[in-house]
Amino acid sequence: MKTRIIVFPGSNCDHDAMHAVANVMKNSDTEFVWHKQDSIGKGIDLVILPGGFSYGDYLRTGAIARFSPVMKDVIRFANEGGTVIGICNGFQVLCESGLLPGVLIRNQALKFRCKWVNLRGENTDTRFTNALLPGEIIKVPIAHGEGLYMAETEVLRELEANKQVVFRYVSEKGEVVSEANPNGSINNIAGIINKEGNVMGMMPHPERACEAILGSADGKKIFSSLARHFEFSRSLNEAQI
Amino acid sequence: MHYHVYIATERKEAILDPQGKATHHALDSLGLPQVEDVRIGKFIRLGVNAESKEKAQAIAEESSKKLLANPIMETFRIIEIKENANKGAHS
Repeated sequence: MKTRIIVFPGSNCDHDAMHAVANVMKNSDTEFVWHKQDSIGKGIDLVILPGGFSYGDYLRTGAIARFSPVMKDVIRFANEGGTVIGICNGFQVLCESGLLPGVLIRNQALKFRCKWVNLRGENTDTRFTNALLPGEIIKVPIAHGEGLYMAETEVLRELEANKQVVFRYVSEKGEVVSEANPNGSINNIAGIINKEGNVMGMMPHPERACEAILGSADGKKIFSSLARHFEFSRSLNEAQI
Repeated sequence: MHYHVYIATERKEAILDPQGKATHHALDSLGLPQVEDVRIGKFIRLGVNAESKEKAQAIAEESSKKLLANPIMETFRIIEIKENANKGAHS
């Protein structure tokens, strides 16, 4: 899985993403791409927009990063069906760039939330979640001040109808309750996917929960899902030749 | 000509504004219950070099649509356009 991690000024989870993909997943072809570059390179499988505070969250979270030179190529890549995952600030950048619908605004409690949360896999039939069992609960951390997901009513209705809500904040028992919602997101939404299924954004940090020593290895399932997806597409391509 | 264009961005009514809500609570506890509602937006000043006031306005509108306001959750208004005489004197 040829992976590129975009680095904006203010990104601070780029190295966590690198550790998860390169060291834990043992994926040697993983490189950083500085935001000033105008290309992500050729033959890329996966682009990661990492967490952090790109451009100091000036104007709106993700608003300035969206106009970084490299984003033109990331948007092209996504529009051609390339796989893109945005984590935390990366999710905010995806929403600002229009690759995902909706917006992420200040947490309802106005507090920065840094804690472990339980997520329920709502759609395990995606390239990002195929290693999860339907309804499986995973434990991963969040760390954000602006993670309240919202969208216009019609957009929300479509997201739900198309199973584009991939993760929801739930209680330990898996109930969708407001006590389990750390930021006030509509419908407890923690992560969504685009209609085409190649772009996913999530506020929680799977890359920070890929080894038991860190408190949970559940986040690895997302990267395992992707690895499985690319392996499968490759063998399918070879079979066709 | 050099102009200063003042732009205000506001959240749409349907969008939650937790900052405004918290500020409203604070005003209430300060003893100002007459304040019924608080919404917090942004106030932006652009320094624009354009041939006319109309052109400056058009540039400010384009800037607002493309970047300054997120149309999903915000609206923007151009509040005022003033000639910036100081800028002309120096450049």
